[in-house]
Amino acid sequence: MAEEVTLSAHIQHHLTNAKMCSTDTGWAFNKACSDSGFWTWHIDTLAWSIGLGIMFLWVFRRAAMKATTGVPDKFQCCIEMVIEFVGDNVSKTYHGKSKLIAPLALTIFVWVFLMNLMDLIPVDFLPALAGLVGETVFNMDSHDVYMKVVPTTDINMTAALAIGVFMLMIGYSIRIKGIKGFVAELTLHPFNSKNKTLQAVLIPFNLLLETISLISKPFSLSLRLFGNLYAGELIFILIGAVGLAQLPLHFMWAVFHILVIVLQAFVFMMLTIVYLSMASSDNH
Amino acid sequence: MNLNATLIGELIAFLFFVWFCMKYVWPPLNGAIEARQEKIKDGLAASDRAEKDLALAQEKATAQLKEAKAQAASIIDAAKKHEAKIVEEAAGKAEVEKEKILAAGQTEIETERNRVKEELRIQVALLAVAGAEKILERSIDAAEHSDILDKLVAEL
Repeated sequence: MAEEVTLSAHIQHHLTNAKMCSTDTGWAFNKACSDSGFWTWHIDTLAWSIGLGIMFLWVFRRAAMKATTGVPDKFQCCIEMVIEFVGDNVSKTYHGKSKLIAPLALTIFVWVFLMNLMDLIPVDFLPALAGLVGETVFNMDSHDVYMKVVPTTDINMTAALAIGVFMLMIGYSIRIKGIKGFVAELTLHPFNSKNKTLQAVLIPFNLLLETISLISKPFSLSLRLFGNLYAGELIFILIGAVGLAQLPLHFMWAVFHILVIVLQAFVFMMLTIVYLSMASSDNH
Repeated sequence: MNLNATLIGELIAFLFFVWFCMKYVWPPLNGAIEARQEKIKDGLAASDRAEKDLALAQEKATAQLKEAKAQAASIIDAAKKHEAKIVEEAAGKAEVEKEKILAAGQTEIETERNRVKEELRIQVALLAVAGAEKILERSIDAAEHSDILDKLVAEL
């Protein structure tokens, strides 16, 4: 095993997900999956994100089961603060009636926040631990053990969230405006005319513009979150590679990152609410 | 980009989490918050009402106290008047009684005196007659000389 690893190899190692895929000979991992195409699973992303999601739901469900309308204990107060924060933002932005928007916003906010929060765990800590476990328990070369602990630095994660939101946008559009209304929105705006032939000419332009604006929403959602967190993670890794000088740098970047992780979770939540609000408003 | 099956897994997880949150997390928590807000609103309204009621009750109590004091004063006044009247009446009655008793005494004395006078008169007449008898040394027939005796008695 080569002790001398280059910086770029180190970074590369940090930025590679643990992969799993099914091959002719059964389940294969990591390098064996390099050409497995679409049917590859990032088990670290899946495990961390689902673990954090279950943790979120477990904590909130516990609060919900013990919720009292009388004097709440401190745990309930804490949970209710989050609920009220999300509820306020939803009711200020989304004016329709919906049982889904608020829980959706809550799930996005808390889940994304928790996943982003993983960024504050020292970058080498969990991968090193995973490497140690791989080496001792599974008898693997620790360089072949990959562990990317921040799920939101995986485009699959952010894209899944964005696609979920996109599906809901389409669903809400159709439910509230009907298929006709949805198609009309895509084809009769922003340019329309009373003249039928002119309108017919304008339809392709409108369709192009509206489709782009529609499609750009999930793209911007997923890429914003992914980009911010990926860059943040990369800087953490770079800082982690500069020896002792990393201590003040690490601290500063982590403090700054506290803002970023909350802000990105908040932005994702707010944009989701705004997009769904746009999708369900009928004022074109 | 490195899109793969993870996307599908995460999408399913996401939709499941949202569904779970919508079904089991949001409604009870939000319900608890809203119910508490309602309670607090009711409580504040009740305390407002109670404050008003208290002020009203205090006002009423003060008025009642005043009224009671006035009533007590008037009762005392009336009692005093009544007392004076009773004393006066008693005094009057006593005076009348006194007069009556005095008058009765007077009358009794008068009758006694008259009676004694009469008796004396008779006695004197008898004495006179006895004296005259002694003087005349003869018995005077009382029946015969009753006219003289009567005259004498009348003169006494």
